[in-house]
Amino acid sequence: MTVEQIATSRSDVAGGQAAPPTTSKTPAIELKGISKSFGPVKANQDVDLKVLPGTIHGIIGENGAGKSTLMSILYGFYEADSGDIFICGKKQDIRSSKDAISAGIGMVHQHFMLVETFTVLENVMLGAEGGSLLNKSSTLARNELLRLSQEYSLAVDPDALIGELPVGLQQRVEILKALYRGAEILILDEPTGVLTPQETEQLFKILDILRSRGVSIILITHKLQEIMAITDRVSVMRAGTMVSERETKDTSKNELAELMVGRKVLLEVTKDEATPQETLLEAKEISYRDEDGILRLDNVSLTLRAGEIVGIAGVSGNGQTELLAALSGICALHQGSITIGDREITPDSPSSAKEIREFGVAHVPEDRHRMGMVTAFDAKEVAIMGYHEDSAYNGAFLMNEKAVENHCRQLMQEYDVRPEDPNLKSANFSGGNQQKLVLAREMDRAPKILLVGQPTRGVDIGAIEFIHKNLIKMRDAGSAILLVSVELEEVLSLSDRIIVMFEGRIVGEVTAKDADACQLGLLMGNAGAEEKRNSSNNTIMTGELSE
Amino acid sequence: MDDFFLLSLSTLDSTLRLSTPLILCAMAGIFSERSGIIDIGLEGKLLAGAFAAAAAAAYSGSAMLGLTAAIFTSIAMALLHGFACITHKGNQVVSGLAINILASGLTVTFGIAWFHQGGQTPNLSGDARFSPVTLPGAEIIREVPFLGPIYTELLSGHNLLVYVAFLAVPLTWWILYKTRFGLRLRAVGENPQAVDTAGISVTFLRYRAVICAGILCGIAGAYLSTAHNAAFGREMSAGQGYIALAAMIFGKWRPVPGLLACLLFGFLNALAFRLEGVSVPGIGQIPVQLMQSLPYVLTVILLAGFIGKAIAPKAIGRPYVKER
Repeated sequence: MTVEQIATSRSDVAGGQAAPPTTSKTPAIELKGISKSFGPVKANQDVDLKVLPGTIHGIIGENGAGKSTLMSILYGFYEADSGDIFICGKKQDIRSSKDAISAGIGMVHQHFMLVETFTVLENVMLGAEGGSLLNKSSTLARNELLRLSQEYSLAVDPDALIGELPVGLQQRVEILKALYRGAEILILDEPTGVLTPQETEQLFKILDILRSRGVSIILITHKLQEIMAITDRVSVMRAGTMVSERETKDTSKNELAELMVGRKVLLEVTKDEATPQETLLEAKEISYRDEDGILRLDNVSLTLRAGEIVGIAGVSGNGQTELLAALSGICALHQGSITIGDREITPDSPSSAKEIREFGVAHVPEDRHRMGMVTAFDAKEVAIMGYHEDSAYNGAFLMNEKAVENHCRQLMQEYDVRPEDPNLKSANFSGGNQQKLVLAREMDRAPKILLVGQPTRGVDIGAIEFIHKNLIKMRDAGSAILLVSVELEEVLSLSDRIIVMFEGRIVGEVTAKDADACQLGLLMGNAGAEEKRNSSNNTIMTGELSE
Repeated sequence: MDDFFLLSLSTLDSTLRLSTPLILCAMAGIFSERSGIIDIGLEGKLLAGAFAAAAAAAYSGSAMLGLTAAIFTSIAMALLHGFACITHKGNQVVSGLAINILASGLTVTFGIAWFHQGGQTPNLSGDARFSPVTLPGAEIIREVPFLGPIYTELLSGHNLLVYVAFLAVPLTWWILYKTRFGLRLRAVGENPQAVDTAGISVTFLRYRAVICAGILCGIAGAYLSTAHNAAFGREMSAGQGYIALAAMIFGKWRPVPGLLACLLFGFLNALAFRLEGVSVPGIGQIPVQLMQSLPYVLTVILLAGFIGKAIAPKAIGRPYVKER
């Protein structure tokens, strides 16, 4: 069948698609009564799922709702304790990834399963080489890869090294890998977490093409707008069970959020106009090089004023982490100066994180497990880290355990940390509660300046609402807040001013009122450079195809 | 001039002999480490192989049976290492060290129990050893100036295992870069999850890699006791497994650069033997210990900065555990 024929035959189906896919069709995937426990934790309980062929089916749920476990069972990573899997109406016994692949299931993992030192072609071939010698099979694979890239408009240079490709293209290779193995069912696990808005849009275009070619797609995400934008149907998971299924066009973000959390949730952040006061922190032309001598911060200048939230937007890895580290005194500047109150920090007169803390700067690090807490510590110990020398917690020689515990209990009540047990090991709290504990510790002293990195990463919708409210409250109480987040929507809804970073530089600044996601997205991907790269890729493709 | 030519020829000749076990062990290390398994047990496998070869050859009078015994013994050690660190996800350095200690102790214990010569094996002769192979045409070409001596003296006249070692290098390269097994082996050392999700068993793949390492170390062991020497002696591997490991790192986990590093270390050793007791004009007698320490010193210096960072396979040393 030629491409045109496929296109026309699909357009017939597309015409009929206005009506919801009829149940008379055999589902591409049917899961019946899947249960899976890890020790006492019931990750999946009696889960049913039906995915119709040629549709995009969204699965949404909070962290720990069991979405990933369910998909891992479908992909043969885990074996279900009970339940059956039917692929295209046939019962399948999927015990390993190999079984899943031969059943026509492909998966694009959240963290790409690619070998960075290999070329695109080698990665696509891996595991499906077709013969024990590479020479012959790589020629065949190259042709097949080019055919697939043409059929699905997935341009990529087969000889490029994976490690040198941008994330969006790496993801494309993952999709090609699945198609190369003959996947007719594609599972995407949180595919947009690492993408810029433009790359996300591109991905959705690809998914649309795949759908029109008859591929069935399962999209796992916790982002409501993605569900609304691309899926045909959506299933909601909560606490290991499938709570509901909807036609996407018949539902709304608010309804889905409510189903996910189990109560009404306020998605929009409500806040008054900011009234910025005096400047509390001023960074002038600061630069920082890492251990390998790579310039991570390049001539960055910014000011933080009392009573405003400054948001930093950018794809992760563009200097945001280093900016937080520099401002909080974790790493030393190579150039420039930071002024906090009367103190001027320069390369010649560096400061420590402890000293900066004493100026009233609090820091909620991006990676809470690595920098925000010690997961082997009890909650009460985590709750005083960094402030542990405070006389309130110390006796003459030993720590005042009672005071530490009471302090923690009080924080837990105020910030709704559950379970409310100061003696529980901090690793045993859920992500959202860990984050609330860290935020409680840093916000409790009403710092003049609060540096926050990824405040809601891996945090449930319910907790997000709470954290956002508290950040706004702190702003209104006169603190200056610097917010770093990879969630563009979060930056947009919380910030009063937005700064965009790209490759360690500030490439744009807008007031939140005038900002829109599209414009910021272009800045984040440094639009000019991106276009150039895309067009060069296209020329590579056409060159190879004409051979 | 002619004297100098012949002298350099014989130094190069002994370079080849001294590099042989290093090359085999370095290739063994490449197989293991490229699959993500640290192999400091090269030394132990080499020693155990040497003992098994000498013992089997002493009993049977056949060098080939000795070689076979060496290979199987070394594979057994490799599987033990694999069992500890692939199946049971143990620490690979500790397991490797254990292999070395085990080999060092067991060879002496069995040696005393079986041969009553203080850990030595009886001297081997005749068919119990690998004898020199004369390459075809060596006699005819001998008289040709320059090329003649190079062919006859340097290239011809080594025992079989020397040639095996030099063939092992292109073979290793070919397996790693031209076969499906090699592609998967390199992948599993970089990102085992990618291999697992592609439907390939990480465990089986890594076991096959350590078995390859076992085979090569076994050959190296047989070379030590039944080709280069004529008996097994206590601790006869004398750290060559570690030198091979250094050469492999020096060669950035690649066969051909690894070969060159082994040749360099072999050459330094040959030079050390040659210069023993010789007085160099202007310098005087060079202490033999200085020459012998050169490979080690060189490794440290070169690795520290000269050749830049040696980038190890990314997943090396990390046991593969599925998420959660």
